Amino acid sequence: MSENTTAVRPPTAEQPQRGVSALLGSAAGRNTGLVVALVLLCVVGVITAGDRFADVDNVLTILRLAAVIGVVSVGMTFVITGGGIDLSVGAIVALSSVWATTLATQAMANDAHWLVIVFAALAVGAGCGVINGVLIAYGRIVAFIATLAMLAAARGLAEIISNRKTQIVNVPGFTAFFDASVLGVPVLVVIFALVAVVGWVVLNRTTFGRRTFAVGGNPEAARLAGIDVRRHTVLLYTLLGVCCGIAAVMLVARTTTGSSTHGGLYELDAIAAVVIGGTLLSGGRGTIAGTVFGVLIFTTLSNVFTLNNLSISAQAVAKGAIIVVAVLLQQRLARRSGA
Amino acid sequence: MSRKATTRLVAALSVGLVLTACTGNTPEPAAGTGNQGGARVANDEPGEKVVIGFSAPAADHGWMAAITNAAKAEAEKYSDVELKVVEGTNDVNLQISQVETFINDKVDAIVLLPFDGAALTPVALKAMKAGITVINVDREFGSPFAARSTVLGDNYGMGVSAGTYVCDQLKGKSDAVVAEIAGIDSLPLTQDRSKGFADALGDCGLKVNNRVAAEFTVESGERAAANLLQAAPRIDALWNHDDDQGVGVTAAIKNSGRSEFFMVGGAGSANVMREIKAGNGLHKATVVYPSTQGADGIRLARLAVQGKSLGDLVEVEVPRQVELFAPVVTKDNVDRYLPTAFES
Repeated sequence: MSENTTAVRPPTAEQPQRGVSALLGSAAGRNTGLVVALVLLCVVGVITAGDRFADVDNVLTILRLAAVIGVVSVGMTFVITGGGIDLSVGAIVALSSVWATTLATQAMANDAHWLVIVFAALAVGAGCGVINGVLIAYGRIVAFIATLAMLAAARGLAEIISNRKTQIVNVPGFTAFFDASVLGVPVLVVIFALVAVVGWVVLNRTTFGRRTFAVGGNPEAARLAGIDVRRHTVLLYTLLGVCCGIAAVMLVARTTTGSSTHGGLYELDAIAAVVIGGTLLSGGRGTIAGTVFGVLIFTTLSNVFTLNNLSISAQAVAKGAIIVVAVLLQQRLARRSGA
Repeated sequence: MSRKATTRLVAALSVGLVLTACTGNTPEPAAGTGNQGGARVANDEPGEKVVIGFSAPAADHGWMAAITNAAKAEAEKYSDVELKVVEGTNDVNLQISQVETFINDKVDAIVLLPFDGAALTPVALKAMKAGITVINVDREFGSPFAARSTVLGDNYGMGVSAGTYVCDQLKGKSDAVVAEIAGIDSLPLTQDRSKGFADALGDCGLKVNNRVAAEFTVESGERAAANLLQAAPRIDALWNHDDDQGVGVTAAIKNSGRSEFFMVGGAGSANVMREIKAGNGLHKATVVYPSTQGADGIRLARLAVQGKSLGDLVEVEVPRQVELFAPVVTKDNVDRYLPTAFES
C-alpha cells in the first residue's frame, strides 16, 4: 500500500537501479550546463557592470540574497527527489518567523539564551513538516493538495499569532551572532554552505539518500525492497520543514523581524531553482550541487539586473527567457555527455 | 524666490501638521494651474551631481506603479540627478539585497519605500552608517536613525477626512449604516486609516457597521465588496481605502445592482476623480493619499545631498519629516487635484 506519493512508473535507464555510481558520474555532465550558464551570467555582469560586479562586497551581496532561499531549496531537493512536492515552504517560513519572535518567545530568549529563538523556529518548521508528511504518507492525500492546505493554514495561523503586525526582535545576542562574519564571510552564507554540504553528503553518501532516490524513482519497488516508504516520506517532509525553520531564523536575523508576510512565493523560487538544477520534478533523480547552482543563477541574474538599472518589466521577460535557455542548455549538454 | 513659487510649494507640501493652518492663509483660491504641485523653485538650478538609488515594492496596483513613475519623472527634470531604479519586489530578502547593492555602489542617496518598514530598518541603518543619505517614503522604519528624512502620507488623517465627510453627508441620520473596505490589514498604514475613520465617525455618533479588508488589487477589491454586499442588506455610506481596488469594488456593486448608498474613495486615482467630476457614479468624493511621495523623496534627497535648504522654510537643513496632507476631493475642487492623480 505504498502508491501514495507518486504513480508507479516503470524503471528507466536513468533510475537508480543502475546504481548510485552511474548517477554520480552523470551529475558532472548535468552540472556543466549550469556552470556554463552561471559563467555566462558573470561574464555579462563583468561586461555591463565591470568592477561593480566583480567586487567582493557585491559577491557577498549575491550570496547573502541566495542564502535564505538556498536553504529552502536544498530541503526541497530532497522532497522532489523523493517524488513529492511542497507548496507550503513560504508559509512555513512565515509561521516559524512569527512563532520565534512573539513577545513570549523573546522574553524566554532574554531570560535564558537567544538559542531559544532558533529552537522555536526549527521546532515549528519540523512540526509543520511532520504534519505534511503524515497527511501525505498515512492520510494518503496527494502532496500537492496536502501542502496547499498547509500553505493556507500556516500563513493564516501566522497572521493570527502576529495579529498581522510585524514583530521586531530585541534580543541583542541573536542579532549580534547572525550579523557577524567568519573570516570575512557573513554567518548567513556560512549557514547556507553548511546546509548545502550536509545535504550533499546525506543525499549522496548515506542510506537515507539512497532510499530517497529509490522512493522517488519507484515507490512500489522501494517497498518491495524493504523500505518503509511511508516513514521515509514523513522524514523527507520533516527535513524540509527543518530547512524552512533554518531559513526563517536567517530571515529573522536579516530583517530583525518576524512577519506573516515573510517568505512570499518562496515555494515557486525554490521549485524553480531545484528544477533548473536538474532534479526531476517527477522524482527519482536529484542533485544538491545543481540546486545550489540554480539558486546562484537566479540571484546573480537579479543582481546583474539591479546593477544595470534595467526597466522593471524587461527584467521579468528576460528572467523567463533565461530560465528556458538555462534548462535547454543543460539538457543538451547532459545528453551529449551520455549519462 | 517669487511669492508665487512660495505659495505653490506650501500647497504641495505640508510640513508636519502645519498645512491645516496654512491653507487658510493661501492668498489664491484653489483653482488655477499654479496650485497643482510640482512647482519650479530656485533650488532647481543644477548643482553637484547626485546619484540616487530608488527601491519600492512590486507595482501590483496603480498607486504603487505611480510612485515609481512619478519618482522617475521627477528625476528626469534634473540634469544633476542620476537615478538608479531597481525591480519592485514584495520579498524583503530581495529588497534588502537591492539596498546592499546601492551601498556597494556608493550612491549618494537612497530613496526607499520599504515593503515592510521594520524589516528594512537594519539595512537602512547600514546605509546611513556608510554615509549615504536615506530618504524613507510612506512606510516608516523602526528606528529614527535609519533615515535622514521621512516623507509620509497622513494615514490617520485620511481616515479622519473620510469619516468627517461621511458624517457631513449623513447629518442627522443616527441609524445610518456605514461600511468600510480596508486595504492590506497587516500594514500599520491600514490600521491608522481605519482608526482615523472610526474616530471621526465616533464624533458624530456613527460607527463602522460592516468592515472587510482587501489587498489593494482590483481582484481583491471585487472579492471583498461582493462579500460585504452579501453581509449588509442596506448601506448608507461606504468608504473604500484605495481607488485601485475600488475598480473591483465598483464592479461588484454593479453586479449586485445596488445603488442606495454613496461611496468615498481613497488614494485619489484619476479614474475616480473623473467619475466625481462627471457625477455619474456612486463616488461622491475621494481622499487623496499622494502618489507623488516618491517624487518628493527624490527632491529631498537631492537637496539634502547638495546641502541646500527647503526653499520656503527658514530652517537651514532639510526637515526630518514631511507629512503630506490628505484632502477630500469633491466635485467642487476636483480640478485642482486631477493633474497629479494617478492612472490605475
